[in-house]
Amino acid sequence: MSFEVISNFIAAFFTLSIFSFLYKDNPFYKFAEAVFIGVSMGYAIPLIYQDTFIPFVYRPIFVEYKFLILIPALTGSLYIFRFSKNLGWLSRYPIAFSMGIVGMGVPLSMHSYVLVQMRSAMLPVDNINTALIFIGTVTILLYFFFSKEHKGVYGKVTNIGIWFMMVGFGASFGYTVMARISLLIGRIQFLLGDWLGLMK
Amino acid sequence: MKRQIPLLIVIILGFIFVIHVFVPHKASADFYDWYQTWIKAISPFMVLLGIMSLFMVHSTKIKRKVPNWQYSVITLASLIGTGAVGFIWGTQAGTPFMWLFKNVQMPMGATMFSLLAFYIASAAYKAFRARSAEATVLLIAAIIVMLGQVPIGIKISKLIPETSNWILNVPNLAAKRGIAMGVGLGMTATSLKILLGIERTYMGGGK
Repeated sequence: MSFEVISNFIAAFFTLSIFSFLYKDNPFYKFAEAVFIGVSMGYAIPLIYQDTFIPFVYRPIFVEYKFLILIPALTGSLYIFRFSKNLGWLSRYPIAFSMGIVGMGVPLSMHSYVLVQMRSAMLPVDNINTALIFIGTVTILLYFFFSKEHKGVYGKVTNIGIWFMMVGFGASFGYTVMARISLLIGRIQFLLGDWLGLMK
Repeated sequence: MKRQIPLLIVIILGFIFVIHVFVPHKASADFYDWYQTWIKAISPFMVLLGIMSLFMVHSTKIKRKVPNWQYSVITLASLIGTGAVGFIWGTQAGTPFMWLFKNVQMPMGATMFSLLAFYIASAAYKAFRARSAEATVLLIAAIIVMLGQVPIGIKISKLIPETSNWILNVPNLAAKRGIAMGVGLGMTATSLKILLGIERTYMGGGK
């Protein structure tokens, strides 16, 4: 038995173990789930060590002798006090340093999510599609305005927003199903082709 | 010291970065680069915290012999094993680490996500049983978009791919735009609350 056959056998075993959940929760699924969590986390550790710890902590301090990096490194190490009852407050310092970036979020989210979208929405209404996009956007925004009760004419207008959202959710739903089906086809191709050799 | 100084750090850094967006001066850009280097030096310790948390949760389960504690042993063994393999043989292509990725992690990840295809179909059936006009519109839009992406759609009717494109470019765009504006306003409001020290839950409980 070649190494590739053994590899495919292992991959097929884990694939079938996960699929077995479709019948019901069982020891094979639980085993595969436990391995998946461990392997996923274990996979991240050497990569983060190699791509973040070495170039941004180890090399600046021990190779380039930039001792100023000791400050963020020591601040970062305060995270481990999160588990201490008495010294847990120390972990707030690295959190505070990381949260500082939120300041950029105020103008940037306003720009990219609101202003750019508003600019794109303010096109000349010269055909039915641009009119529909405009009506849809406005009615959806009105739907999310909860300071006024959704009754009467206002309620009917917000109802149009719901219909637009339902079509939008349907489109997202369709895309999600297609993505999942594509993954499913990939797994079935692996089982029938690479593993059992029934497909070429 | 325990709460006020971290809060002050967030407020000061936050306002510096608000100014940085509006005033892209060299001093401001240099400060941003310096901050990025510091954050990158802090970030590996966040992962360490995550690993410690996972170890503590599972080792407690093992110690207390809670039902199904054996799976916690498997999780920890897989974690240690994969990490050790990466450190001993490296992470390049052709190493045992990449073999684990290709034959264990990747197949399970893809299968886990493909399972959702079945559960989504079941959710669609339940939505259809609700028999509301909105649920029907949602399903019709979903079916048209799905058929518009596959060859069978065009075989049924040439109108299907066209309608699918229209759904994506017109009502879907309006929906996404309306929701995006709401999300943007929400993000701005939340960021402002953090910046002004009104929102403090990220600091955790305790004194």
